[in-house]
Amino acid sequence: LLPVPARAPPQAPFRFSPRRLRCPREHELLEDGDIHRHLYLQDILVSVTQVTEKPKVSEFSCHIAGCCQVFDTLEGYEHHYNTLHRNVCSFCKRSFPSGHLLDIHILEWHDSLFQIMAEKQSMYQCLVQGCVEKFKSSKDRKDHLVTVHLYPSDFRFDRPKKAKSSTKHSKSPLLQNASMPVDIKTFEQPQVDSMEISPVENMENASQPLSSLISLPPEKHLNRSRIPSTICFGQGAARGFKSMRKKI
Amino acid sequence: MRVLIGLFTSSLADVQMEAAHCLHELSHSSDPAVAEACLPATSYLLTYLSGHSIEFTELCLYTLGNLVVESEAVRKQLLPQGIISALASCIQSPHEAVLEGLGYVLSQLLQAKEASIEIIPLVLDSALPQHMLQLVCSNLELGMGVAVEFAWCLHYVVCSCVNNALLISQGIMSTLVLLLLELASMVSKAVADGLELLICPVLRCLSNLLAEEMEGCNMQVQDERLLVALFTFMQYFLNHHLFIVQECLWLLNNLTADEPFFCSAMLTLDLIPALLQLLPCSRMVALLVLTVLCNIAEKGCAYCQQLHQKAVLSSLISILTLSDAEVAGQCLELLHLLFLHWPEAAADFFTQAGLQALEQHQHHPELQERVRALMNLATQPTAASPCSLVSSAAVPSSLP
Repeated sequence: LLPVPARAPPQAPFRFSPRRLRCPREHELLEDGDIHRHLYLQDILVSVTQVTEKPKVSEFSCHIAGCCQVFDTLEGYEHHYNTLHRNVCSFCKRSFPSGHLLDIHILEWHDSLFQIMAEKQSMYQCLVQGCVEKFKSSKDRKDHLVTVHLYPSDFRFDRPKKAKSSTKHSKSPLLQNASMPVDIKTFEQPQVDSMEISPVENMENASQPLSSLISLPPEKHLNRSRIPSTICFGQGAARGFKSMRKKI
Repeated sequence: MRVLIGLFTSSLADVQMEAAHCLHELSHSSDPAVAEACLPATSYLLTYLSGHSIEFTELCLYTLGNLVVESEAVRKQLLPQGIISALASCIQSPHEAVLEGLGYVLSQLLQAKEASIEIIPLVLDSALPQHMLQLVCSNLELGMGVAVEFAWCLHYVVCSCVNNALLISQGIMSTLVLLLLELASMVSKAVADGLELLICPVLRCLSNLLAEEMEGCNMQVQDERLLVALFTFMQYFLNHHLFIVQECLWLLNNLTADEPFFCSAMLTLDLIPALLQLLPCSRMVALLVLTVLCNIAEKGCAYCQQLHQKAVLSSLISILTLSDAEVAGQCLELLHLLFLHWPEAAADFFTQAGLQALEQHQHHPELQERVRALMNLATQPTAASPCSLVSSAAVPSSLP
């Protein structure tokens, strides 16, 4: 290292003094690089929008017992599997979008110890990851989700356990239920009464005979579905009967 | 929207995917009212981030990213809905496409005007920074998309100066220096396209971190190979991406301003000619080159002697003749420092017709005082430089 004498202030009229430069976001030195970044992003966004043709394979069906959906792309199968079969409750076969929601469901619906403890302490945990709040009831939890986390009041993955809400769903599913979001899928999934997504579960809450649902003309179902409704709903139907018998 | 959200939360996977594409299309709108119309979908978009379908998760991420850009109302809702925690979970995904999408969302969030108050503190509080530091070095040979996104994320965090001490304690300086060294070796092998998109934000992070002047930062960058890397980048990108040259010089300024380590290294590695070659590139580049040379000259006579030996003067005379006032002004500062510490340079300057170069600026209001101060030296006898009294053993006389 070369020797350095002590730093002296600049001699007038000269004013230079070495200084580290800080550039905040809007500094002019950063402009050109920012433009380049912006152009790069435009390219990326275009390529994400373009739906690339996925390679097709010969048709195959889902391996899960009772599910007869068929596929001709691996991605299609992957998404189906993840949506319906991956996070499935082994007790009631309802499926969930994530392991987190499945775990909460099992705890709150199928764990008798939970029920006992819930009488004495706040056991209903907030659904938002990172929030540690717990509540005495699922209604209190829902109020928290709505007021603190700005969740919609009809959040599909936070329905109270059906014993409390069975009276709400005695109407025909084909009529628009004011408390339900209006959606096309009520044709084949009349009601979503609980904290999951499954074509199966709504059977359990229908108070009208199953046959009236199956008698829906097939073209009302979305064309892409190749599940013959009698078969895939069959598994649910059997349980639907069972739970209808269990209903208080 | 209610219909669309109903389809989006359908259990029919392909319906759900198509609905996701619809939402994604909507998110492209530049009308903030459209982004706000998508507000009811956000809790579901976040819920689905913990799913496992790569394409679906990717779509949700890009949709969120687009919505975040357009609307403060959307950001105001996403934060209490837990977007930061959702991203901190999702970042553990092994899938490149998901990580790249996540980096994109985060980079948009971090650029929001309220980011330094509302968003960056939450991000720094989460596990995200450590993951970002890992991902910024990842997968460089196979595809840099992920690294690029997280490098820009780090840049937005660092330049906001919310808590750079935290990042420094997590090892950001050495991580980024090693990354630059690796990128330089890729550049010299001409291995990857688009490297400038990754190099740029990394340079910015290091420069801004150095500008914080925190304890111990200087030691973490003192690696001569960093200089070689910077010059490799500047040479490679000179003709196509001049902004890289600018930003390398900014870092070089911050490296040479205070510590003599890099000033010495510039001389021993014989990088002065390469630096001088950059002078004609652009006005901004010329200013930065001259500033770096001033940093070196300011360190004293041993440095000025070597600069003189490197034929700095002839470049200065050319640039002085051609330039605008600001560049000329910086030239004058450099000449002053050279003459101050190494008067032999002054004598040499005037024999090279430096006086004529000075004269053309002598009436400019910004420059005239300094020009006259220098012109006066032409008439004075050369004083003995304090430096020449130092034993020559202290000054390396031969260069590699």
